[in-house]
Amino acid sequence: MAKANMSLQRNAMPTQDPEVRAHNFQEVALGYTEEMAIDEANRCLNCKNMPCVNGCPVKIHIPEFISKIKEGDFEGAYQIISKSSSLPAVCGRVCPQEVQCESKCVRGIKGESVGIGRLERFVADWHNTFATEAPARPESNGHRVAIVGSGPSGLTCAGDLAKKGYEVTVYEALHTAGGVLVYGIPEFRLPKKIVAKEVETLKQLGVKVETNVVIGKTLTIDELFEMGYEAVFVGSGAGLPNFMGIPGESFKGVYSANEFLTRSNLMKAYLGNPETPIMKGGNVAIVGGGNVAMDAARTALRLGAENVYIVYRRSMEELPARKEEVEHAEEEGIQFRLLCNPIEIVGYNNPEDPRDPKNGFVTGIKCIKMELGEPDAKGRRRPVAIPDSEFEIPVDTVVISIGTSPNPLIKSTTEGLEVNDHGGIIVNEDGLSSRTAVYAGGDVVTGAATVISAMGAGKTAARAIDEYLSNK
Amino acid sequence: MYKIVNKKALNPTVTMMDIYAPLVAKKAQPGQFIILRVDEEGERIPLTVAGYDREAGTVKIIFQIVGGTTEKLNHKEEGEYLQDFVGPLGVATHLNGLKKVCIVGGGVGCAIALPIAQKLHEMGADVTSIIGFRNKDLLILEDEFNACSNKLRVMTDDGSYGEHGNVTLPLKEMLEGGEKFDMIITIGPLIMMKFVVATAKPFGTPITASMNPIMIDGTGMCGGCRLTLNIDGKKVTKFACVDGPDFNGYEIDFDEAMSRGRMYADFERHAYEDACNLFKKEVK
Repeated sequence: MAKANMSLQRNAMPTQDPEVRAHNFQEVALGYTEEMAIDEANRCLNCKNMPCVNGCPVKIHIPEFISKIKEGDFEGAYQIISKSSSLPAVCGRVCPQEVQCESKCVRGIKGESVGIGRLERFVADWHNTFATEAPARPESNGHRVAIVGSGPSGLTCAGDLAKKGYEVTVYEALHTAGGVLVYGIPEFRLPKKIVAKEVETLKQLGVKVETNVVIGKTLTIDELFEMGYEAVFVGSGAGLPNFMGIPGESFKGVYSANEFLTRSNLMKAYLGNPETPIMKGGNVAIVGGGNVAMDAARTALRLGAENVYIVYRRSMEELPARKEEVEHAEEEGIQFRLLCNPIEIVGYNNPEDPRDPKNGFVTGIKCIKMELGEPDAKGRRRPVAIPDSEFEIPVDTVVISIGTSPNPLIKSTTEGLEVNDHGGIIVNEDGLSSRTAVYAGGDVVTGAATVISAMGAGKTAARAIDEYLSNK
Repeated sequence: MYKIVNKKALNPTVTMMDIYAPLVAKKAQPGQFIILRVDEEGERIPLTVAGYDREAGTVKIIFQIVGGTTEKLNHKEEGEYLQDFVGPLGVATHLNGLKKVCIVGGGVGCAIALPIAQKLHEMGADVTSIIGFRNKDLLILEDEFNACSNKLRVMTDDGSYGEHGNVTLPLKEMLEGGEKFDMIITIGPLIMMKFVVATAKPFGTPITASMNPIMIDGTGMCGGCRLTLNIDGKKVTKFACVDGPDFNGYEIDFDEAMSRGRMYADFERHAYEDACNLFKKEVK
């Protein structure tokens, strides 16, 4: 075995040059080479108590897979990851590792933690490029489970159950499987072919995917039980986009982040699909500071915007997006208008000519400057408006990215399914809802959160469903 | 893939299709809509359900050729397939307890109004139908409306068929003549619905309008279909796909809806021209 690598710095991730990538949709991070991966793996001390594993929502056996990389056994490393995660190529890219596994890494106490996420990505990509063997299809145990939604929680739950021999069908409302991985996260952060490949792997395990079925409309949860499913997992995602309730939100050129990203990603405006209309070019303001806001900003830039602004009412420190995403956005030229709160979206109006085609299109966003006041209950300093500090940013497009509320379709058609004040499905620690054999997880329970926390919920529910059905 | 089992041109710009989609056919109710994609790269467009045959497993759609997608759809023939067809979406029109109803349809909106008129007729309600078209060539579904209406008024803008004038004329005449309807249900171009609402307002007759804004997913995810209602002096944002498509006509901000409906007008015109040119090339 190679000697431990005691460098305090991790191997840097090769990336596309910011000036180049700001004009294309290809992946920003290019991935480790074999040499880099082995060198980085050698930084792992293989700690006995494995603190990193405790930081992982799906409990990947991290030191074990890294040991395989040290040996150059990349397929072996993949097999270890895939015992715990159904979507390694996805997680290696979009997990906030810096606050999970990597935050617990002993090497991070003095220096940088091991690049666990980068290694996971390397292993998954290696497998997807070189492995030729289809995964063995487990023997059926005769139990049938329905999964609602093919996003990260649904796919994880489906994968875990399929590996145990369950006959799993995933119902997806849209025309392509993947949920937010397909409609929400852009190509430059998570290439669509990677999601498609992960879905393909699940199909090889025997998972059936039915697109164009809206549970709560086309079929109800009760009908799924009538069809012979013995348990149902609901992972239908967040749903209805929130708006600010300020004047002008109905002007042409105002999008929710969901709509803007769906037009670009799922409906392929990013590939220049001539059938998908989207406002592009000009100046664009994104309201909000989460990962979705960063995705929308960087998408707008790549679609050809001249100036893209992130308008956020707190300061850089409170920005909820991943640090890496914020850095990437800054490098690419996204302009941050921090401590600014939008108060009105301004539109064109020609009083002389009501038929002027420019009427009703956005021309700017009016903001007020903010300063940080006393900390609130969560300890975040509350932004307070500075009187008479209003100003206007001239823009053609506004994208509102301030979160979502749970989708009402399932709760309104499922009797006895209890929801909380925000409309999220109420579940116990096993993901079980108030209805027998109906489990739920992901954004439909928590409201907008991360891909990996949704996957963790899918995993928990899969374990509980297995327990429930094997004791039935 | 979803098979086109029947196709018929109702007039030069309006086509009817029956699509084999048994899960949708089993559940569909008047007033609900579906979303379809013609092919792999196609856009998702919402179309209101114009009928269904639960036994045959088919759903009827009637569409007007207005842009690139509907042009492409119209080039699909009987026996061919649509890429995607999902539904039924939206809330069905509330018809329970209605005894006397006036249906006001305009243009291709009449196709959506028809199943509502038929259902009311089946329920034993008294149905008055007013259907309007630009001219005689664009007239559709007259016989069908005749069969389910106690009273039918056919209007054309240019007087080339039926009575001369728009749909608000007979509505106003009836309301002024003392006719009392439990409900007016109006479906058609936004500008027509706006004036139907204005005509009914002095009489206070309850009125439902069916909205058909731009949509993508149709399940409440994108928010593109949002419209503003004025409820007791307060502006409220609603999503047509999950809260509608039917809304209280007196509350709808029609001017805003009309403006938002034109967001991609330029784009649509180009897409339509491109689609036409493509088909012309194929013919050559």
